[in-house]
Amino acid sequence: MALSGMRGLSVFISDVRNCQNKDQERLRVDKELGNIRTRFKNEKGLSPYEKKKYVWKMLYIFMLGYDVDFGHMEAVSLISAPKYPEKQVGYIVTSCLLNENHDFLRLAINTVRNDIIGRNETFQCLALTMVGNIGGRDFAESLAPDVQKLLISSSCRPLVRKKAALCLLRLFRKNPDVVNVDGWVDRMAQLLDERDLGVLTSSMSLLVALVSNNHEAYWSCLPKCVKTLERLARNQDIPQEYTYYGIPSPWLQVKTMRALQYFPTIEDPNTRRSLFEVLQRILMGTDVVKNVNKNNASHAVLFEALALVMHLDAEKEMMSQCVALLGKFIAVREPNIRYLGLENMTRMLLVTDVQDIIKRHQAQIITSLKDPDISIRRRALDLLYGMCDITNAKDIVEELLQYLSTAEFAMREELSLKAAILAEKFAPDLSWYVDVILQLIDKAGDFVSDDIWFRVVQFVTNNEDLQPYAAAKAREYLDKPAIHETMVKVSAYLLGEFGHLLARRPGCSPKELFSIIHEKLPTVLSSTIPILLSTYAKILMHTQPPDPELQNQIWGIFNKYESCIDAEIQQRAVEYHALSRKGASLMDILAEMPKFPERQSALIKKAEDTEVDTAEQSAIKLRAQQQMSSALVVTDQRPANGTPSGIQLSLVKVPSMSINEDQNMAEQGLSHENGILSKVDPQTPSADLLGDLLGPLAIEGPPGTDVQSQQNIVSGLENVPNTVEAAAIVPVEEQTNSVQIGIKAEWRAHQGRVVLFLGNKNTSPLVSVHAIILPPSHLKIELSLVPDTIPPRAQVQCPLEVVNLRPSRDVAVLDFSYKFGNNMVNAKLRLPAVLNKFLHPISVSGDEFFPQWRSLSGPPLKLQEVVRGVRPMPLLDMANLFNSFRLMVSPGLDPNPNNLVASTTYYSESTRPMLCLIRIETDPADRTQLRMTVASGDPTLTFELKEFIKEQLVSIPTALRSPMAATPAPPIPQPTSPAAALTDPGAMLAGLL
Amino acid sequence: MGIRFILMVNKQGQTRLAQYYEYLTLEERRALEGEIVRKCLARTEQQCSFVEHRNYKIVYRRYASLFFLVGVDNDENELAILEFIHLLVETMDRHFGNVCELDIMFHLEKAHFMLEEMVMNGCIVETSKSNILTPIQLMEKA
Repeated sequence: MALSGMRGLSVFISDVRNCQNKDQERLRVDKELGNIRTRFKNEKGLSPYEKKKYVWKMLYIFMLGYDVDFGHMEAVSLISAPKYPEKQVGYIVTSCLLNENHDFLRLAINTVRNDIIGRNETFQCLALTMVGNIGGRDFAESLAPDVQKLLISSSCRPLVRKKAALCLLRLFRKNPDVVNVDGWVDRMAQLLDERDLGVLTSSMSLLVALVSNNHEAYWSCLPKCVKTLERLARNQDIPQEYTYYGIPSPWLQVKTMRALQYFPTIEDPNTRRSLFEVLQRILMGTDVVKNVNKNNASHAVLFEALALVMHLDAEKEMMSQCVALLGKFIAVREPNIRYLGLENMTRMLLVTDVQDIIKRHQAQIITSLKDPDISIRRRALDLLYGMCDITNAKDIVEELLQYLSTAEFAMREELSLKAAILAEKFAPDLSWYVDVILQLIDKAGDFVSDDIWFRVVQFVTNNEDLQPYAAAKAREYLDKPAIHETMVKVSAYLLGEFGHLLARRPGCSPKELFSIIHEKLPTVLSSTIPILLSTYAKILMHTQPPDPELQNQIWGIFNKYESCIDAEIQQRAVEYHALSRKGASLMDILAEMPKFPERQSALIKKAEDTEVDTAEQSAIKLRAQQQMSSALVVTDQRPANGTPSGIQLSLVKVPSMSINEDQNMAEQGLSHENGILSKVDPQTPSADLLGDLLGPLAIEGPPGTDVQSQQNIVSGLENVPNTVEAAAIVPVEEQTNSVQIGIKAEWRAHQGRVVLFLGNKNTSPLVSVHAIILPPSHLKIELSLVPDTIPPRAQVQCPLEVVNLRPSRDVAVLDFSYKFGNNMVNAKLRLPAVLNKFLHPISVSGDEFFPQWRSLSGPPLKLQEVVRGVRPMPLLDMANLFNSFRLMVSPGLDPNPNNLVASTTYYSESTRPMLCLIRIETDPADRTQLRMTVASGDPTLTFELKEFIKEQLVSIPTALRSPMAATPAPPIPQPTSPAAALTDPGAMLAGLL
Repeated sequence: MGIRFILMVNKQGQTRLAQYYEYLTLEERRALEGEIVRKCLARTEQQCSFVEHRNYKIVYRRYASLFFLVGVDNDENELAILEFIHLLVETMDRHFGNVCELDIMFHLEKAHFMLEEMVMNGCIVETSKSNILTPIQLMEKA
């Protein structure tokens, strides 16, 4: 039946085709695989024909989606067959089944090389094609010069040279360091003079790769490209075979115009003029024709011409012409053209001065947002997002909100993020902004990320005029029957802070506010309860004079949660309960949150980040990014929103008013359990102590305490690894609480800036103060001078510069001593300059992760260990723990739900940023053990990171392996929440040695 | 890079030809083909021929029972790819005479030979039908 006469193959294919279901198919395939395997075993009896037949069967099976893990050798061996049919099969099947890292491929290098340098043209073509498809480093090293020679050889026919061009392209892209293209400028220019359109088509692709790498070197190719384009556009010397529906190779035209877009400008006036003539012809001369193929082909050329015109910053007249064309396109019936019209209009936005013309099409674009085709709706959404500014923000955002109710799930998250960003960037007034966000939460709560509602809280806190309005709005939403969890959070938060501003309105008495919020409590997740508890505490504080009934009710709730299993809830309940019994001092502690420092919106950053595409470097993309950032600067300067300041602090984080308490609670626990009785405050933790600890914080806290709300933020959204953190003051010292040491640290890539605050709480000076840093060898730490004396009730700041040289888990120690009375007091504190401070969480997609993971194969770069004695915790907690260590967990990357995959970047002075990949396989039946695999490009880093993670999971006290640990160190107590372990600088400091 | 993969899938979603220009594991291919088939085959004639998927685009065209799906980078010229699909079909037509699903199924090797002459490493090499078909004709004569 088959012309090529492989009867067995045809029979097999029709057998598979006749299978009724997948099971039958699998049976048939398995049978065949068994058959092929046996035949291959005694290879001697196989004729070349049979081999060929079996290899094709393997390819067919592979295409059906079955694993073919044998027979690769046979496929590769066919490459060395003397006859064309076998050789051809060998080459084609090898390039389908194998990849460049396959060992068998290396075995074939010699044969391939012989084919390439041999005299047989058809063999040359086969070999060049395979190397062009899957050639790796070995091929580049041994073949690149031969391929280059073929490409420029005058004795070689076009059919070989066109393949050589693309073969070289691959070798160059994969290993630019191996392939020597110095002096290729002239060769490239020569190639562009080629008459044969096949050679020209592949040479143009090669040029794009070379130019995108280094456009300056290839200036001389620019006029040649223009010439080629002219030749095509004027249909000069184009063989009939290369015209497609009367259009001279539309693909080569497109490719040539693409190559031209990699040159930043065209300086030579003559070249520029000729190019614009051609472009003008294309813009004006492309008519809509009946024949679909002809129409598509001519429009392919037209759209590429549009892109080139945009790139070249043509005169305004030509630009308006382009917009006019696009305006026509977005209104046509043909969906492809409509899609491309919208897509190109979005690109057009990057060109200055045309926004206003584009805005005229707003109504049409909004119609496209309701198109039955999701592809078109996405384009419309992107375009609306891009064209939005202060003049049309209201209309556009309203449309987006309206569309949100009907949009498919796939688009809702993007839609709500975009609406939130636009509302923030271009809000004509802030109350509108609040309206929009609350509507967003109402309509698509599941798709509104925390960042969005954090941001609203931030704005409301920072703008007093807005507070009553926001509180009233929040109150309104609470009346709705079923509201989203996020709405409960945001309204509880707003009403806790600002509910008292509504006091005189109906339904807004403290009691009423409390009861309507409390109604929601049974329906919310445990992560929301802490927010509600804070709200209750705040309501209580604002109820003046106190309402005993309300008080009892709320105390009852606190009381109930004091034994809650969730540590956060329990802690808040205990603390609020104790605090709220303190009467007037409650007012100070629970006062309104201070204003947030102005900062760039995390949302906008997030959006920017997602726009950074990792694909190929292209001039257009690069330009887009540059323009994007300058656009942001403009909005930054707008005073109305009070948007970003120069300093980019970390993520927007909702103020948690219990953070101070958290810190101190942890401290108490630590000092208590550390067992260094001679040095530790002998008081037992009590509500009183809490008051004492909070007291000094409020009164004489170092400036560092102002930023406490940013503590321990681990952010996956930051562009630059940069975190600011501050620890509360740590009462290091003995009977009289004479010294407080606080710390504030900021980490950026491999560097850190730590400020130590040394506070004297006494009425007499502290003398003979010494502070020395004992840095481990992997850190360079410079401590500025510490004064010998600290005056009474004063505080000194000592900045420290930390530079990370290489990976290590050793800890830097501060040796601090002073004289108190007649006693020399000495304390050693570990500084929070631990390994994970130099990590920066990075999110990787499966496309990036897996190749990397595979390429790091085995020790010492990839280490695996079964860890036992792990603190049992749910996977979600473990993921949170990892995230808190700046190891970014990528949910869903590992198909097994019991596994967890995380990634991060490690920064040190000596190396470039290193990607680290981590995989944890847990055993649902036994949570105390797991298998951990860590991989990175550096053996030490892999080892240290693995050990570091292990320590966190099994809680081996790090002090034990510190170089300073001459004496056995007290174990670090189990922190209340796992995430608090080592990221908590307070805990670090308290770990006295 | 340009073209990342070319798939031919019938309307039941069975793959009839798959050529990848970037290496994917078998599982990745299976997942990808499944997702794409779900996304594209349900689309109607009134919808456009481009579907955004993950971080790339799929340009597709239907011929009777067979879908031709080409995965391309986001900034690729979509219409040029759409017509490239048609060029491929016309080339197959010239060889098989009104090509159908069965031709591709039972002459998988020939479909591969043609594709190999047209695309290499994700770039278009040749667009002249006679040049594309020369090697196959040579072989048949031999």
